[in-house]
Amino acid sequence: MPIIELKDVTKTFGRVNALRGISVKIEAGEVHCLLGDNGAGKSTLIKILSGVHRPSQGTYEFEGKPVELRSPREALDLGIATVFQDLAMLPLMSITRNFFLGREPQKKFGPIAVFDSRTASGITNEELKKIGISLRDPDQAVGTLSGGERQAVAIARAVYFGARVLILDEPTSALGVKEAAVVLKYIVQAKTKGIGVIFITHNVHHAWAVGDTFTVLNRGTSYGTFKKADVTRERLLQMMAGGEELEELAVELELIAKRDSTEAGKLEQQVAKVLEDEAGESH
Amino acid sequence: MPGGENGVFASAGRFRRNFLEGRMANLRKLMVRPELGAVTALIAVFIYFAVTAGSQGFLTTEGTINYLEVGAEHGILAVSVALLMIAGEFDLSIGSMIGAAGMIIAIPVTKFGWPPWLAILVAFAFSLAVGYLNGWLVVKTRLPSFIITLASLYLLRGLTFGLTIALLNYTRASGMGSYLNGDPLVTIFSGAPLGLKISIWWWAGLTLVLGWILFNTSYGNWIFAVGGDAQAARNVGVPVARVKISLFMLTAATGTLLATIQVLDTGSTDVLRGELAELEAIASAVIGGNLLTGGYGSVFGATVGALILGMVQQGIFYTNIDTNWFKAVLGAMLLAAVLLNNYLRQQALRSQ
Repeated sequence: MPIIELKDVTKTFGRVNALRGISVKIEAGEVHCLLGDNGAGKSTLIKILSGVHRPSQGTYEFEGKPVELRSPREALDLGIATVFQDLAMLPLMSITRNFFLGREPQKKFGPIAVFDSRTASGITNEELKKIGISLRDPDQAVGTLSGGERQAVAIARAVYFGARVLILDEPTSALGVKEAAVVLKYIVQAKTKGIGVIFITHNVHHAWAVGDTFTVLNRGTSYGTFKKADVTRERLLQMMAGGEELEELAVELELIAKRDSTEAGKLEQQVAKVLEDEAGESH
Repeated sequence: MPGGENGVFASAGRFRRNFLEGRMANLRKLMVRPELGAVTALIAVFIYFAVTAGSQGFLTTEGTINYLEVGAEHGILAVSVALLMIAGEFDLSIGSMIGAAGMIIAIPVTKFGWPPWLAILVAFAFSLAVGYLNGWLVVKTRLPSFIITLASLYLLRGLTFGLTIALLNYTRASGMGSYLNGDPLVTIFSGAPLGLKISIWWWAGLTLVLGWILFNTSYGNWIFAVGGDAQAARNVGVPVARVKISLFMLTAATGTLLATIQVLDTGSTDVLRGELAELEAIASAVIGGNLLTGGYGSVFGATVGALILGMVQQGIFYTNIDTNWFKAVLGAMLLAAVLLNNYLRQQALRSQ
């Protein structure tokens, strides 16, 4: 049984159809890539999956039962953790405080609950060490970390708090090649822990490197879901660009190239003639 | 350092380097504390007045108590304003709240014969309601709190003015003194335990309690998060609206606290009481390293900022400088503080 299943989900904003008839299943221990160009509906779909929006039509099922999520917090309580692209961390707060934000460990002194910062720092250090980041100081501001490290902290946080599904919104798009590779490694690590990872990206190469299943979105509709064995990278790229459009574009590009070559040929002949004439005069 | 025989020197060099790096790391940690700029300024201001006005009474116990009292007037407001600022919001209505609360206490007592404790409780209830409304409007409309509370600034001041004139025919209410004897609430808002005015004790108490809450509770963590990035905070389940609204209630309540202390101390109040107090509280908080845009700051810093304001305000009095210069000094200090704090914050975010 899939952990999450969307059945025929449609989302409209006023008269705009952001998503039409989307159905996807997310299984435990797989990396499910959501691919699509800008404006394909990826971010609307993430917001539905993470509890920010509710579908206008269709059902959201969690472990086979229909659910209605009213906030990201409710999704989080079910174990659906989302790492939003640029909203993952508060740069001026320490790594530890970011790690435990909203779920602070507490010590009780009678009726007074105190933030247990020693436990928090210890766990943060430990969890980050597990994914290969050794911190100089867990109390340093998140703003001192690189983009990839921030993503890593966010992923480690989700895993530590028992995420069953991890939704990653373009985690590699703002990163350099090396850092992106490190984040891809974390994605695989999360998968081997039995977590269902939803990896949203418009980079087919990153998706292909780690993905087991691929769903391609285009203009709010789905081209369907494909197992890695049943599809090629080129085919995915073609679907993302909208299939036919890309073929049309290729024809157009070819025409431009042809036209240019005849122009260039004419120019060459003219130049040759001028040179010949000049040569004749000088004799 | 090449060569075997130089090994000792190499390790000595390494040791010195490690030692220096350790020292630098500690220094950096100290530098990124939000209140460092304020503490430095406090020392500078103190030394300046100790040198120029030390012989005229600035260094006496009396002189010290003097500037502590003025500092307390700014500080009681500044500590709550700092928390609200860290949460990314402003409260410009806090000065008008002082005027309104003063009248809510003074008029019923002197005109209608209410017991002071009842009038004080009503004033606090009123301020909490106003704070709730301010916060609720900010959260619901998503308009800048600057605008919302600017509206409450005028509304509260105007209503205080109009209603006071309508009820008393004057802009002042006085004669509280004869009603205060034996009232149960009066003791905690007036007097001078151990020779220090009650306002100083409230200031110190609020600094300790609010400072402790900010750094040692989940709620404190949420205050930082809400001001740093409300959307990110909401996504991890922080109750953003509740945090903001409660802080607007806190600032309104500290305005009423100050009004209560002042009314009981002087026995009278005026419709203009507390004018510009909101700006001085913001100035204290900013000098104390609190970031106007939220997400960064400290309660202790705001208290140091308030102390600096009090020290300069009273210190000028002891020197030969004309006291009219105070505002210019305040403006220059504010500018210097913002520049310094901005630099320190950039240091905090630099990779180590």
